[in-house]
Amino acid sequence: MNFDDTPQEAAFRAEAKAWIAANAPKQYEDELRKSSLGRLVLSGANVLDVAKAWQKKKADAGWACLHWPKEYGGRGSSPIERVIWQQEEGEFGKLSRVFIIGHGMCGPTMMAYASEEQKRHYLPPLASGENIWCQLFSEPAGGSDVAGLRTRAERDGDDWIVNGQKIWTSGAHYSDYGILITRTDPTVPKHKGLTMFFLDMKSKGVEIKPIKQANGQSEFNEVYFTDVRIPDSQRLGKVDDGWNVSLTTLMNERMSIGASVATGFPELFDYCSNLMLDDGLAIDDRAVRAKLANWAVRASGLKYTAFRSISALSRGERPGPENSIGKLVAGSMIQEVATYALDLQGAAGVVSDPAQAEIEGKFQAMLLRSPATRVEGGTDEILRNIIAERVLGLPGDIRVDKDVPFNKIPTKGRG
Amino acid sequence: MNFEFSDDQKQLRDQARRFLAEKCPPKAVRAVLEGNALYDKALWQGLAEMGFLGVAIPEEFGGTGAGHLELCVIAEEMGRALAPVPFSSTVYLAAEALMLAGSSEQKQKWLPKIASGEAIGTLALFEGTGNPSPQAVKLSAANGVLNGVKKPVADGAIADFAIVAARNGSSGRETDIALYLVDLKAGGVEAKTLANLDPSRNQAELHFKDCKAEPLGAANEGWSILSRVLDRAAVLMAFEQVGGADRALEMGRDYALDRIAFGRPIGSFQAVKHMLADMYVSATLARSNCYYGAWALSTNAGELPEAAATARISATQAFQHCAKNNIQVHGGMGFTWEFDCHLYYRRSNALALGLGSLSYWEDQLIDRMRKKNAA
Repeated sequence: MNFDDTPQEAAFRAEAKAWIAANAPKQYEDELRKSSLGRLVLSGANVLDVAKAWQKKKADAGWACLHWPKEYGGRGSSPIERVIWQQEEGEFGKLSRVFIIGHGMCGPTMMAYASEEQKRHYLPPLASGENIWCQLFSEPAGGSDVAGLRTRAERDGDDWIVNGQKIWTSGAHYSDYGILITRTDPTVPKHKGLTMFFLDMKSKGVEIKPIKQANGQSEFNEVYFTDVRIPDSQRLGKVDDGWNVSLTTLMNERMSIGASVATGFPELFDYCSNLMLDDGLAIDDRAVRAKLANWAVRASGLKYTAFRSISALSRGERPGPENSIGKLVAGSMIQEVATYALDLQGAAGVVSDPAQAEIEGKFQAMLLRSPATRVEGGTDEILRNIIAERVLGLPGDIRVDKDVPFNKIPTKGRG
Repeated sequence: MNFEFSDDQKQLRDQARRFLAEKCPPKAVRAVLEGNALYDKALWQGLAEMGFLGVAIPEEFGGTGAGHLELCVIAEEMGRALAPVPFSSTVYLAAEALMLAGSSEQKQKWLPKIASGEAIGTLALFEGTGNPSPQAVKLSAANGVLNGVKKPVADGAIADFAIVAARNGSSGRETDIALYLVDLKAGGVEAKTLANLDPSRNQAELHFKDCKAEPLGAANEGWSILSRVLDRAAVLMAFEQVGGADRALEMGRDYALDRIAFGRPIGSFQAVKHMLADMYVSATLARSNCYYGAWALSTNAGELPEAAATARISATQAFQHCAKNNIQVHGGMGFTWEFDCHLYYRRSNALALGLGSLSYWEDQLIDRMRKKNAA
């Protein structure tokens, strides 16, 4: 049990710190500090351009995708070095958001299933941010039940022809490539007839439509496939074995545990430390303190749970389903935190105009974005099922469609 | 960074778990809960023989000198087994106070007896309703004698000695509070057992009447010593609570797998699964906070006050949450005297109050976080 850096870790930290101090885009540090879930605005600059420039600079100096092998654009670092980097990168880490899916999920899936030549071709520009990747899994008929997906891929010579629709694809509108799961055999039970591919998002027949979200922004998209041709050489894993490939992707999502999940707590604590209520600072109010303390221990519990996972990774253990806890706790917490911050503002909490609202409307933006955190990447309910079944060993849900050929599953006419 | 107990410490945990499984089954807890004995004497002696009572006491004072990480490991097992012995009073409070502030004579006199199981100690702080505060200490110290009443005092009716918080000044500041060491068998103190939420542990009222007492630590530093003792005990108690939370969760899980209703195990219903998943979440968050507390305790880090409050709050919540929902998973059977669920429910609520309640520690945590941010 030791929180201190070993001499090697201390040396790594010093090197990272010095490089970041000399190279980070400091002109944006203030605005990044003020940004939070639901709002990232850099005045006079396009966030995507700034993010790509920072990623490229890191890659050129060997600081991109630290845990990836060097030949694929990484640094071959240990899990702990990755955490040290994240601690030192601080606010600038918020610029990595557009790369999370590519680096955390698509890259590792390519590493596991693409040919050596493909890995050397596609991974370095993914690491350096020159190419952005997205993940095409969810569909209108398959969200939590992702294996219920209906996008068809049919063999045609050396190619596959893809038709169908994906939804909730983060960043599809600025992505260069994507990994795509399709149905290749509808006559077998749903998990058995799936196949995974990767594709160029500029392929003919791919149409991307941004979704206008409930908070007015558009991070997610609908992606339509009309006779899209994908070479068989871009298949990942065996034909009809796409479900197992997708499990690799999802397990690697859990590897991204070092990336701390936003809880909103540090923002709320700062806010309460400065907010004057009628009878003094908010943080001196007993009711406020009790609320803060409850969220403080949850935020800290998540932080040290992640540290325990990293220690386990360092010992060579694989990240397991217990890592589902991070988003489960943080997702509902950030929503509660935002709601409470507005409660403290009274009627004025309703004003979201950044020019008028408290701390530029940060908590208003957070409130409106927060429902999505409880849904994206596994709903609260799916995460609880994962913990109950795969950590605690409770029985799986009764699945009435498990052994039924996919094309015989009732659809109430929506198939 | 390495955020895990060492292999040796894990071995110690296995050893303690095996020992307690044999010497402290639920039957032994019930023997104290239902009987006249105030604690399990045979178990106490057994713990001494295993070296568990002196695990954090230096060898020169009769302990094994292993350290506080090892004590955390044992504490977790004591919580898991609901050990009906005065372990927390003696080891987390009395021994820690002696090690922090005792003179070498005091340490020489009492620490070896703690390690060998000959002496039971406790802390006499509370005087009725309320949380730890210098203002609440009314028991007076004058001319080397104490007068007043302390209640509740954990294990007060079985302790051989007590560390007593007393008022020896009238400036109105916390420097008015001093600590005293009292040999409870030397006369001047009358102990009366109080019926309490968890009868597997003793709670008592102590009447001090012209009771002879020797100072422990400097006279004007009583409150500051006490605060440090409470922080250290908070981490250790949190481990005990996490041990209890984990066991309550396991009991609920096992029952959900075993009990059939509507033609299927009740653990296959999402309402039950999700309740158990949430218990797992709170126990896990608490465990992680405890690990941080253990590190701060064992290294005497500047972060200890904040880490201790965090671990204490988190573990209190987790044990209460798991113990009450364990009853819920069990349904009606969970509310019978025969099932062990109520033993955990009782203990979880008693431990939640013992070192100051949740609201006290919440307040402390925010104070400490502010101090850190200001620094």
